[in-house]
Amino acid sequence: MNPQAIIDGLISGSTIGLGAIGLTLTYSILRFANFTHGDFLAWGAYLTLTVAGVLGGLATGLGVPVYPFSFGWGLPLAVLGGVALTVALALGLDRILFGKLRARGADTIIIVMASFGASMALRSLLEFIFTAKPVYFTKALQIANPLGLGMRATPDQLLVIGLTLVLVLALHLVVTHSATGRAMRAVSENPGLAGVYGIDVAKVVRVTWIIGAGMACIAGVMAGLLVQIRPYMGFDLLLPLFAAAILGGIGSIPGAMLGGLIIGLAEAFAVQIVGAEWRAAVSFVILVLVLMLRPQGIFGQRGA
Amino acid sequence: MTALALTDLSAGYDRDLPIVKGVSFTVERGEAVSILGPNGAGKSTMIKAIAGLVPCFGGGVRLDGTDITGLASHVLVGKGMGFVPQTENIFTRLTILENLQIAAQLLPKQDRAGRIDAMFAMFPDLGSRPREIAGALSGGQRQMLAAARALLTEPRVLMLDEPSAGLSPKLVGQVFDTLRRISETGVTLVLVEQNVRAALALTERALVLVDGQLAHDGPADALHDGKLLGELFLGHRTAEAGS
Repeated sequence: MNPQAIIDGLISGSTIGLGAIGLTLTYSILRFANFTHGDFLAWGAYLTLTVAGVLGGLATGLGVPVYPFSFGWGLPLAVLGGVALTVALALGLDRILFGKLRARGADTIIIVMASFGASMALRSLLEFIFTAKPVYFTKALQIANPLGLGMRATPDQLLVIGLTLVLVLALHLVVTHSATGRAMRAVSENPGLAGVYGIDVAKVVRVTWIIGAGMACIAGVMAGLLVQIRPYMGFDLLLPLFAAAILGGIGSIPGAMLGGLIIGLAEAFAVQIVGAEWRAAVSFVILVLVLMLRPQGIFGQRGA
Repeated sequence: MTALALTDLSAGYDRDLPIVKGVSFTVERGEAVSILGPNGAGKSTMIKAIAGLVPCFGGGVRLDGTDITGLASHVLVGKGMGFVPQTENIFTRLTILENLQIAAQLLPKQDRAGRIDAMFAMFPDLGSRPREIAGALSGGQRQMLAAARALLTEPRVLMLDEPSAGLSPKLVGQVFDTLRRISETGVTLVLVEQNVRAALALTERALVLVDGQLAHDGPADALHDGKLLGELFLGHRTAEAGS
């Protein structure tokens, strides 16, 4: 078996894990499976590309690749704009759709169906604006450097893994050690009681969207940087995202990341063992097994 | 001075079927009042409506003269209203300290640690293990934590919904001893309780709610006579407000 599967799995697992963090947070705090989350990844990538294009037009030097990476300073700067715009998209959607349904006391299934419809609308809108033709952050070629033990990775790929670890660690510290994190965990356990404790639940909901959409944007940019940007890129990741969030345990940030890495590695090994055509089935099989054997996931609590 | 005043309050979950039907009463500052009544009388719904957890359909609620009708529960905490729900009144997945830290966020930064220390001094059982997950506490200790959380922000009015529910007689005694100490600090106490004997022993005044309406308002001593209470609960006597 080719050990390169480990690196391939860690790279795709990083994107899945980062995307799954937002999904697990919205699932645990807003208590619904948000199908638009995959589209936040795609919108994040396209919005970042748009901002990068604007920045490139203002200062051409920003597009010149910074050694050893395939992109220039324009991309990290554009990510800031992309995150802000994706967050605005998520907050806007909550204001005009999910928030109104919550205020009416709509059943969870109604909100899930609304997110499914919004997901299709967002995806179609993306295709309408940018067309279905794949686009790229950079067309610069990178050579994969040997890492030892028969594994190779490009600098961009190593950056994705490193950045993911930093973001997950930072987010985990925020949720476990800050007042905002305590409030998020409290609302996740019992939103009604949170108000009695003096927590502004609406503010916690906004923070959840901000973190979730921000992480989704970064995950989308990572996927776009390493592969390509397509309107369906987020939709195609939806099943792995849900599988990772449920495998890790709903509400757990380290769980979502670990779940993402497990899904990524399982997919990479499945490609080697049973063939690339079975890759998509891996997430489905893992999701079904987890739901049957340990529905609370790795770090989740029963009844959560 | 009046701490809490209800004027013709109607509340519930369905506007067409209010559970609380035009209730009016006042509670003076520093007073301890129990709200009694048979199951389904609307006691819990009424204090949840006061605490901003159940919609008010008519009438009003004033806290120290300020209209607080329909304000969200988190806003009321900041205005000096403490509420301890009957069940699920602590965050079981958080530690004891984290439960108190959340409530302390409403205080100025420089006061937070001091108030948490004060609560640990008042409830030594909690202070001896601040990093323990709250879900591991016994029923009585959970009520202590819930009370400590509510007291931490120094509320002017503290409302408790059946603090003795589900507790053993020994723990009920502990909880009511704690409530007595709290009452002695001058906090206005409003207590919804099924344990009539314990509630009447703690409070100076008792209200009886029957079918969402006030059936009695008078000194707690007057209800030690079980016959009167039985008649009130069965609806054989009504409208003794102010007696």
